[in-house]
Amino acid sequence: MIMNKQSNSYTIIYIIALVLVVGSALALTAMALKPLQQENADADKKRQILASVHVTAEADEISSTFDRYVTDQFIVNEKGERIGDNAFAVNVANESKEAADIRQLPVYICTLPDNGATKYILPVYGAGLWGPIWGYVALDADGSTVYGAYFAHQGETPGLGAEIEKPAFSGQFEGKQMFKNDRFLPVTVVKAGQKPLGDEDYVDAVSGGTITSKGVAAMLTDCLMPYKNFLETLRTR
Amino acid sequence: MADKVSNKSVLFNPFSKNNPVIVQVLGICSVLAVTAKLEPSIVMGLSVIAVLAFSNVIISLLRNTIPTNIRIIVQLVVVAGLVVIVSQLLQAYAYDVSKQLSVFIGLIITNCILMGRLEAFAMANRPWPSFLDGIGNGVGYAIILVIVGFFRELLGSGTLLSYQVVPQAFYEAGYVNNGLMILPPMALIVVACIIWVHRSHNKELQED
Repeated sequence: MIMNKQSNSYTIIYIIALVLVVGSALALTAMALKPLQQENADADKKRQILASVHVTAEADEISSTFDRYVTDQFIVNEKGERIGDNAFAVNVANESKEAADIRQLPVYICTLPDNGATKYILPVYGAGLWGPIWGYVALDADGSTVYGAYFAHQGETPGLGAEIEKPAFSGQFEGKQMFKNDRFLPVTVVKAGQKPLGDEDYVDAVSGGTITSKGVAAMLTDCLMPYKNFLETLRTR
Repeated sequence: MADKVSNKSVLFNPFSKNNPVIVQVLGICSVLAVTAKLEPSIVMGLSVIAVLAFSNVIISLLRNTIPTNIRIIVQLVVVAGLVVIVSQLLQAYAYDVSKQLSVFIGLIITNCILMGRLEAFAMANRPWPSFLDGIGNGVGYAIILVIVGFFRELLGSGTLLSYQVVPQAFYEAGYVNNGLMILPPMALIVVACIIWVHRSHNKELQED
């Protein structure tokens, strides 16, 4: 049988067959690799959460280390009431776009094995200059003193905005207070040598990374404000 | 016998005399973007070699059946499929590197080297020479990536594959990493320096 390779029907059948073959090959690959990819993404999230309490682990020990340190996790609402248990499954990126009163707010409770101290880890998510930025802030049991912070970004400028992921920036947060004169004021970020308008605690911005730094300050305010009532109960307990 | 010689030149010409990056100046976009560190450069190079070799073979096998008026679409579908597979594999087995490379794995699809080789070589040659051509051009691309990545990471971060190579004593004596090296423009300048050195060694490539 001689087929006319320039005919319309040949072209259409050819492209349909090709797309079917390529499409099913892709679907198979995606399904076969899905569990491994999810595991990697989870391990990466656990690594970031642990980084906020200054814990690092080898790649293959992240999950066991996480289970050892993070002794409880739950979800609270804006009133500070516990509304769920699986904080790890909450997508902070989506929640941060919701109105504050319907947000699911994840809380991870970390117990340090060496002295039994309890730390509260709260996730934050916001926008930098080029893309999303996110992080985890660990607070002491008083709900006010920052124990540690971890920030990450998707594509901030190397050497400028990207410096927020370095300990030189995130380390500044240690010891800062979230409550000032009985008012809840999240730590902010201002240019070196300047002071914020209110009396909240502040850290120095990254020089040359003004918009990213402002993004960090906005992210801390937006994402920590809904925790106000929850942290208030911790503080007065 | 003649066949062997040509296979050899198909494989080795793109390493230097007909290098896709520094002679044909193709695929520059990803060279600028991913070479701030050596490790992503190597992974990107390997990914391009794999995609280029396999897409060359597949297109070469199909070359007599592809309807001429939709040949570019067919090439794109094959390349896109392979690129997605590579990207999925990286996410499963090399998560950290896939995070660093982010969109640039996906952008292999638009790498001019791929479409160039498919259109210029695989459409007109048998699978084995096409495979060699894909490997040759992929390696030619990867060599440049690795050279650029080597200098940018060494001078920009003082490390190689994330191991500290510039001794601490240097920093104490006042040496500072060149922050400009991490930014994309320096990749362009490093590539230009490689082209300069390469042309002065290969006089026949020089233009008047």
